[in-house]
Amino acid sequence: MSASAVTPDTPQSLRRVALVGNPNVGKSVLFNALTGSYVTVSNYPGTSVEVSRGNATIADEAWQVIDTPGMYAVHTITEEERVAREILLNEKPDVVLHVLDARNLERMLAMTIQLIEAGLPVVLVVNIMDEAERMGLSFDLSLLQQRLGIPVIAAATARKRGIEEIKTAIAGLGTSCGLPISYSRLLERDIAEVSRLLLGSYVLSRRAMALLLLQGDEEVSGLAAQQEGERYPALAEKVREIAFERRESFHLDLSMERKEIVTRLVRGVISLPDKRRETWGSRLSTLAVQPLTGIPLLLLTLYFGLYKFVGDFGAGTLVDFLEGELFEKLFNPWITNLLTGWIPWWWLQELLVGEYGIITLGLRYAVGIILPIVTTFFIFFSILEDAGYLPRLALLVDRGFKWFGLSGRSVIPMVLGFGCSTMATMVTRTLETVRERVIATLLLALAIPCSAQLGVILALLARTPGGLLVWIACMTLLFVLVGVLAGKLLPGEAPMFYMELPPMRLPQLSNVLTKTYTRMQWYFLEILPLFVLASVLMWLGKITGGMEKLVNAMTPLMQGIGLPKEAAIAFIFGFFRRDYGAAGLYDLQSKGLLDGRQLTVAAVTLTLFIPCVAQFLMMLKERGWKVSLAIFVFVSLLAFGSGYLLNQLLVTTRLLG
Amino acid sequence: MKLSEHAEEILEAMWIAIEEEGAAFYDPARMQLPEDDAACRELTAKSLVELRHGMLYFRQEGREEGKKTIRRHRLAERLMMDVFNIKGDEGDDKACQFEHLLNEGVDTKLCTMLNHPATCPHGKPIPPGDCCIEARQQGDLGVVPLTEFRSGQEGEIAYIQTDDSKKMQKLMAMGVLPGNRIILVQSFPSYIFRVGFSEFAIDTALAREIFVRKIER
Repeated sequence: MSASAVTPDTPQSLRRVALVGNPNVGKSVLFNALTGSYVTVSNYPGTSVEVSRGNATIADEAWQVIDTPGMYAVHTITEEERVAREILLNEKPDVVLHVLDARNLERMLAMTIQLIEAGLPVVLVVNIMDEAERMGLSFDLSLLQQRLGIPVIAAATARKRGIEEIKTAIAGLGTSCGLPISYSRLLERDIAEVSRLLLGSYVLSRRAMALLLLQGDEEVSGLAAQQEGERYPALAEKVREIAFERRESFHLDLSMERKEIVTRLVRGVISLPDKRRETWGSRLSTLAVQPLTGIPLLLLTLYFGLYKFVGDFGAGTLVDFLEGELFEKLFNPWITNLLTGWIPWWWLQELLVGEYGIITLGLRYAVGIILPIVTTFFIFFSILEDAGYLPRLALLVDRGFKWFGLSGRSVIPMVLGFGCSTMATMVTRTLETVRERVIATLLLALAIPCSAQLGVILALLARTPGGLLVWIACMTLLFVLVGVLAGKLLPGEAPMFYMELPPMRLPQLSNVLTKTYTRMQWYFLEILPLFVLASVLMWLGKITGGMEKLVNAMTPLMQGIGLPKEAAIAFIFGFFRRDYGAAGLYDLQSKGLLDGRQLTVAAVTLTLFIPCVAQFLMMLKERGWKVSLAIFVFVSLLAFGSGYLLNQLLVTTRLLG
Repeated sequence: MKLSEHAEEILEAMWIAIEEEGAAFYDPARMQLPEDDAACRELTAKSLVELRHGMLYFRQEGREEGKKTIRRHRLAERLMMDVFNIKGDEGDDKACQFEHLLNEGVDTKLCTMLNHPATCPHGKPIPPGDCCIEARQQGDLGVVPLTEFRSGQEGEIAYIQTDDSKKMQKLMAMGVLPGNRIILVQSFPSYIFRVGFSEFAIDTALAREIFVRKIER
């Protein structure tokens, strides 16, 4: 999200509060509740994980609120967790808000004690109380507060419960840092021996530093090496010595001791119901994860969500209205008249309101065609996300995806790819291995049409149902073929799959709208300039005659796959945005220049063809130029190769007349 | 019965051909044995096998001995793979050398330590020994990988067996800690288990690394 990159440097006077916790505990909802809807999303410097920052006024003071990626423990494993901890280490927030899920209080408290032990100013937010209570759990949080020595607040942020209390706690947090936590004598001795050698100054307590060093945390080792200088070898030696004594069991021992501490902490704090209560969410979840009911449910979701809502409503009704009625009939004639009367120069008229004008073409495509399709898709996707459906989808397809060298986790970028492949390419960074990321990027570039493209193609081929079937068959075949080949040929280990399944819940309208809005905002900042650029280039091409030459140059290629030379324009459009190219085909079809066979071949080739410029730039950013270039060449060859073969096949078999 | 290593290998090959592949006899030419092989003579002399028209047949005692030999071989393979983490050809190789040491009750001890495994790392059955039958009769259901659980079955996590420390920490962070209660919710297409009030989905490879103690209800 380069457009709105924000540096972490903020004025010293601004106080900061960081939200940390496991994934899926409602951090982002709390973030939105604290900051209002004002969000700046930024890349964290040096990495590609996003961190949201926003401003809030708490007790008449200005605060910056930082929402961090989910983390399971202070000892970090994944890229996201590292970024979350970086914020704690580098930005020294004045308050650390640990958000956890009340239903899993016992499991998640392990991180609270790590934060307290690190000497951070912690406030504990026990969130999702409403659902916990519905399940029959009850809590004595004042007892927990007394035992932990830090403020503990009950909240249900999605229901706006507890927000005021959280604000009060943030504003009123003193310097007390929680009660001391002690381990077994053996572990305490190890900690003491290591922390004795830590003489530099650290953000985290020496105790926490010692434990992280003993866990073999590379980043923390680096930090210690830097701070201790020539004293470091002695420290490293000590750590090695203890690590050797305790061998493999250190992590386990530590986890078990923490578990014990937590068990003592929660004694009398949680009362469980006699019997596990079935909620409608858990029943729906059961239906969603069993293949026998899950697959029909998936098909239903796709049919109503993608086909009916995005396809019919977004790409049909809304586009017809915005593009057909508003732009073609009202806005374009009006603005054309106005500007041609007003501007004497022909070239400027052309640039603004001509055939490829910024306003008449660029704006019309962006607002009239792309906006409604992408908006409806993002609404659909946000609903799936908030309902907790995506992890269930992931587990359903994991076995199949393993054939492509991917884990079920990749289904999330894949589905998102049906919305915007550029955004999906960015999301591939959440995959665990580089190999998975490369395969996912390739498949996104090749066979996943984005919503705008999908909408236009569905509309195009609606009148040739045979063509639609051929198109679907081609995409599926190539997806599977290239996927299996990539899975076989790319070196590296098979991915592992693990995922927490959040409970299924009814999505909240306000949350869905906020998410959609944020995504739309990003989308428009990224693409609108490209639409304008595309229009300008087209215009340049037209007035200099360059376009004519390019079209002529591409004619043999077009003839090779059996298309009229006018189709070249659509392909050139397609380079700027895939959906833009599809929209170009739409124009050709309305002029009656393409028959069923040609339309099908064009749609297949164009869907496979080079990803749009934005996606290519994102690939460069995420995967580096070597991989991106290789994917680019491969995809182009495969697109035209497939177009050629398909055309030959259709001509010989006369399948589509 | 103390046999030469070579004789034990012949018994194993015979067991696989006759007992598992359903042949009536074993052709010594498959092992490139000379017609007058010393190990063959040893086996016939001990009345374990019979040589008819150049083909090897089991006698009753030989069949028993073959079963024990193949059992030792496959137990050795499990040991290499599960405990020493020596995989692939090297593991097979080492197992071949190791199996000959598993005499005189050592195999029983190993089998108990490995918790009476039913299959070798290649998926072939390990013939149960007396210790396995006894354990089953005592109702010692023991510790099994999560993959052996039925949907809806409840147990207690015994240990995690993985050589990847990150994987181990990931699992521990998810609440997969020895002593915690675990319920297997579903096993296809992915494994879903519940710990506390959280549900997690994992693939078969990970599920194989979580060992659970069955709880009789």
